[in-house]
Amino acid sequence: MRTLRARLTPYALVLPGGLWLAIFFVIPTLVMLSLSLQSGNVVDGFAFTWNWHSYVDGITTYHNQIVRSLLYGLSATIIQIVIGFPVAYWIAFKGGSRKSVYLFLVLLPFLVSFVLRTISWQFLLSDNGILLGPLKSLGVLPQDFHILATPYAVIGGLSYNFLPFMILPMYVALERIDPRLLEAAQDLYASKVQTFLRVVLPLSLPGVFAGVLMTFVPASSDYVNSSVLGGTNTTMIGNVIQNQFLVNQDYPVASALSFTLMALLLVGIFVYARALGTEDVLEVAAR
Amino acid sequence: MNDPRNQDPAFLRGMTQRRLGRRDAFRLAGLSAAGLALAACGVQGKRVTKPTSSAQAQSAVQQYWSGKAKNGHVDFANWPYYMDPKHPQLKQFTQQTGITVTYDEAIQENASWFAKIQPLLAAGQSINYDLMVVTNGIQFTELVELGYLAPLDHSKLPNFAANAGPRYKNEAYDPGNVYSIPWTSGMTGIAYNPKYIDTPPTSYAALWDPKYKGKVGMMADSQEIGNFGMFLLGVDPEKSTPADWEKAAAKLKEQRDAGIVRKYYDQGYVDPLGKGDIWLCQAWSGDIFQKNISEGTDLKFVIPEEGATIWTDNMMIPKTAANPVDAIMLMDFFYDPQIAAGLAEYINYVTPVPAAQAIIKADAAKAKGDEQKTLEEVADSPLVFPSEADYAKLRTYRTFKNTDEQKQYENIFQAITTS
Repeated sequence: MRTLRARLTPYALVLPGGLWLAIFFVIPTLVMLSLSLQSGNVVDGFAFTWNWHSYVDGITTYHNQIVRSLLYGLSATIIQIVIGFPVAYWIAFKGGSRKSVYLFLVLLPFLVSFVLRTISWQFLLSDNGILLGPLKSLGVLPQDFHILATPYAVIGGLSYNFLPFMILPMYVALERIDPRLLEAAQDLYASKVQTFLRVVLPLSLPGVFAGVLMTFVPASSDYVNSSVLGGTNTTMIGNVIQNQFLVNQDYPVASALSFTLMALLLVGIFVYARALGTEDVLEVAAR
Repeated sequence: MNDPRNQDPAFLRGMTQRRLGRRDAFRLAGLSAAGLALAACGVQGKRVTKPTSSAQAQSAVQQYWSGKAKNGHVDFANWPYYMDPKHPQLKQFTQQTGITVTYDEAIQENASWFAKIQPLLAAGQSINYDLMVVTNGIQFTELVELGYLAPLDHSKLPNFAANAGPRYKNEAYDPGNVYSIPWTSGMTGIAYNPKYIDTPPTSYAALWDPKYKGKVGMMADSQEIGNFGMFLLGVDPEKSTPADWEKAAAKLKEQRDAGIVRKYYDQGYVDPLGKGDIWLCQAWSGDIFQKNISEGTDLKFVIPEEGATIWTDNMMIPKTAANPVDAIMLMDFFYDPQIAAGLAEYINYVTPVPAAQAIIKADAAKAKGDEQKTLEEVADSPLVFPSEADYAKLRTYRTFKNTDEQKQYENIFQAITTS
């Protein structure tokens, strides 16, 4: 009796989380998988027909948008590392007693809705707005210069919106580095650059990895930034999927595109994990 | 490769790590079985046969309305900026009838609204609204075809019978107003910001003018944008053929690739127009007037000489509504000329009640100063009370024969907007 209970306890503990995952992730994913292989229309209904054409059609029509999304996601991720790493480093090593204040400041924009933050960028970057207007009247910028409705605006918006997700994991990894390791490096006559490159950087990689996961995936599948800040020829795959679902009601193509994107992102992540070394990184990142 | 010291780590990993065992195979099989089970519960469509005779239609009406009674409340879903935020008309309704109204600006787009309510309606559940406003177009046709709308009992619509303008009693998308009566109509034309544009545009060609490079806003909606391409070519969108669509799309592609279009907007084109991010754009008539009145801007709206589209937003009752009797009373209430006049004074869209014009003129005569000027403008505005000559220039959306035709149309024009 006791052994039975002991054997069941772990399952009971995992039940709430497991149910959550089943109801809100596994089942919807399966439904979507099934939808992606159906054919029909909203009025006559959809039926399961092993219709692989949705994948073929979706990819041939929208491969540009898929590639563009991955490139935008990648650019935003690189920008976030470049901006985020020094911030995380500075907070971890120089933040002193105010670390939590700085972290709070990093998180502060998150108290405002994602869409509103993006729209306020639209306001800031407007052609004759508070940023570009004065520069134009001073003659620093040509009159027809604009940032909105360009890929730069979209990538900028993506970088901005997901930045805290990059900073926080990097901070956690950096903060955890034992200062005695740095002292040891110095005792062994390593220069500051060497200490950074051979001690700090390798130890912070799991944080960078986690940061990349948490920013590259949502940035590549985002549709808000492109629709608010973009123009012509900046459509991302997220916009296409949204359009297929809501406007065209072409559920099979929308599901097929979602699955294609998911597959591409998963492959990308595993290649990246391999390139970084081992599965250790995943484990460390999960800590 | 044979030297163990130079072994490829990937090879080693492959040799030593767990591969797909029998258990995993069972697990996978279980998952695919679940997938197949789910395949059975795909999305069901339920096309209904439309009544073919008036007797059938009459019995459908009786069947729906028999046993339905007034409940004293109605939940109304409408679009933003479609009523004075103080809701004076609804207050009057409550005063007169004792029926309370919850008014939500719940509808932003026809497509997303349809996507939101479709699963509920398909399951025969209430959408928590008794009255909603949907534009004549693809989604409206689908709502009718799927049998999601209550057939209207015209004996409960005396004001509509007495006061609706003749053209609003016989719309091509709902002949005989079986399922809907108009809330309001509007036109899609060209809006421009006179701060940046000296010569007012008179033709669709202005939107293709290279001197406005990067300063033109177009709509993302395939019907709206397709119509503009067709007007430019002198084609009546209502009677257009797939060949016309291709030609119009080629023109629109030209416009995009020349860098003339800055962006394809869903909704928010008014702000960028006011700020000067765009100088001229496709626009809905009432939006521009409301912006001018609420923010003191001086944006202009023109109906190009080639003509323009007129669309109609319609009130309708979802079949699963909890309070259909209260809802139909409210629908009819908006056809009281006094009420229609008050509404038009605020929203500046075409009212389906022509008698409202005289009332607005009378209101203007009583008012003073700025208010008088605004009211006079509304009463004389061709955008609120189009003349017969204006109507002669207006076209309606293309009605699609079936979903295949619609899909063909969408594919042609979405290739332009989702580049």
